[in-house]
Amino acid sequence: MSKEEKKVNRRDFLFTASYTIGAVGVGAVIWPMIDQMNPDKAQQALATTEVDISNIEPGKSITVLWRGKPIFIKKRTSEEIAEARAVKLDDLPDPQKDEDRVKDGKDEWLVMLGVCTHLGCVPLKDKGDFNGWFCPCHGSHYDVSGRIRKGPAPTNMEIPKFEFVDSNTIKIG
Amino acid sequence: MSEHEYVPKSKAAKWFNDRLPLLTLGAHLTDYPTPKNLNYWWTFGGILTFCLITQIVTGIVLAMHYVAHADLAFASVEHIMRDVNYGWLIRYIHSNGASMFFLAVYIHIFRSLFYGSYKSPREVIWIIGLMIYLLMMAAAFMGYVLPWGQMSFWGATVITNLFSAIPLVGDSITTWLWGAYSVDNPTLNRFFSLHYLIPFLILGLVVLHIWALHVPGNNNPVGIDIKKPSKDTVPFHPYITIKDAFALLVFMIIFAGFVFFTPNVLGHSDNYIPANPLVTPAHIVPEWYLLPFYAILRSVPDKLGGVILMFGAIFILFVLPWLDTSKVRSAVFRPIYRQFYWIFVFNVLMLGYVGAMPAEGIYLVLARVGTIYYFAHFIIVMPVVGLLEKTDPVPMSISEPVLTGGAEPSLARKINDKV
Repeated sequence: MSKEEKKVNRRDFLFTASYTIGAVGVGAVIWPMIDQMNPDKAQQALATTEVDISNIEPGKSITVLWRGKPIFIKKRTSEEIAEARAVKLDDLPDPQKDEDRVKDGKDEWLVMLGVCTHLGCVPLKDKGDFNGWFCPCHGSHYDVSGRIRKGPAPTNMEIPKFEFVDSNTIKIG
Repeated sequence: MSEHEYVPKSKAAKWFNDRLPLLTLGAHLTDYPTPKNLNYWWTFGGILTFCLITQIVTGIVLAMHYVAHADLAFASVEHIMRDVNYGWLIRYIHSNGASMFFLAVYIHIFRSLFYGSYKSPREVIWIIGLMIYLLMMAAAFMGYVLPWGQMSFWGATVITNLFSAIPLVGDSITTWLWGAYSVDNPTLNRFFSLHYLIPFLILGLVVLHIWALHVPGNNNPVGIDIKKPSKDTVPFHPYITIKDAFALLVFMIIFAGFVFFTPNVLGHSDNYIPANPLVTPAHIVPEWYLLPFYAILRSVPDKLGGVILMFGAIFILFVLPWLDTSKVRSAVFRPIYRQFYWIFVFNVLMLGYVGAMPAEGIYLVLARVGTIYYFAHFIIVMPVVGLLEKTDPVPMSISEPVLTGGAEPSLARKINDKV
């Protein structure tokens, strides 16, 4: 054994090179098989939606579909805004100011993904202990700013990317 | 295994068997020495095979009429119910068949738990069985999505969102599973594909399950190792086949009772409302066979924690053979464990009940107690009782307590009581 000192020879090199090329080849085949399950171009094409908000009365909300998910658009009254801003950040499981959840100067408009951050159900409006939304599936309570207050949901309802095209139209996405 | 080598009688059969020994396999399955004291709890293996074949046959037929598209799926299921000849019968057999499949598999699993069938040398049989059980749950869940009713849609939403609890990559995984930004047509399409695939994976695992079973042979109600073949065994055919056939007949009567008299009692009426991504039903419940795990999920006031405990409740079963420290297999001879066993059965039934109730008040308390006990049974009770318990004397052979009943009459009676 000691006489024939083990050293790297041609065969070892060929083995290593073959395994490496083989692994790269397998990876190159597996990745398309995995990635084909990601959202396709048709799904990605649905990325933006424009909504007319001129008919919404203060205190009322509408629900529109964006990327297969409901978007809540609520025109809040000044009392509701005041209520949302009176909450102490320490009382929130996922602390976030109401100001950070709306567009500057458009404080009455709350635009958020109407999807419970627990397991994806659609919360019911004007329900729950905090004058906001209540998810019937597993009992998460959200306040008038869509922030989680009580229940199993880990975070506030998500604010999607959106902008005001003009004073009566918003573009989501 | 039969001692003698099988030789086919006819020349043609011998020619074939020399090239592919299928007839030898058939002879092995026929002669297979089986413990003579197997009770009716042992007939569920055959019943489960029947259930699998029923689901595959009815499923293939339904796929000839079903359309896996979000706009057409609901209508195509109604088309099966109203227009297709005997479509209502085939669909009701398939949908109730899933429930009957789970009923049988739960009895089969609890049989194993009582008689210690998961213990050495049968751990691999047990683990393959659990893999079958996991695949059954996946197949049943995806199958329930296919009619594209309200419960289909929201059940799919809740279950796929479980994966979003995974830190960092959760949302990407969920989107990948959906093939969209919510449960949508791509999701339905892939679920149909996988729902068609999984039964055949199960079929393959069933072959391995039976193969692994035929290495050590069946466990039995007294849970002792027996010599095979011997006075303690009978050939599989005709002794066990006829017993299995009788049990299967009784099972089919119950099955037919559901199909013909209350075909929708195990389903949820909301699934006859087409899927609507804007409205969540007031009260989402999974199918009855998933309720205990659903109760565990909801009992934890933390998203990730709930998901971990729910999957943990299933995966802890995989290490069960190593958590049970008792040398004695059958609970017939384990007076303490036997009581904990029935508490455990009751606990699982209770979890199933609270899983169907709203997650609030007393139900939430019961779910939490039940969840803690569920895990305590495996992590504390099984190892500790196995070490401390004084077991009853175990007979030397199956024939002993029956034939020499005078020596241990109480023992013989105890065994007869259990069967």
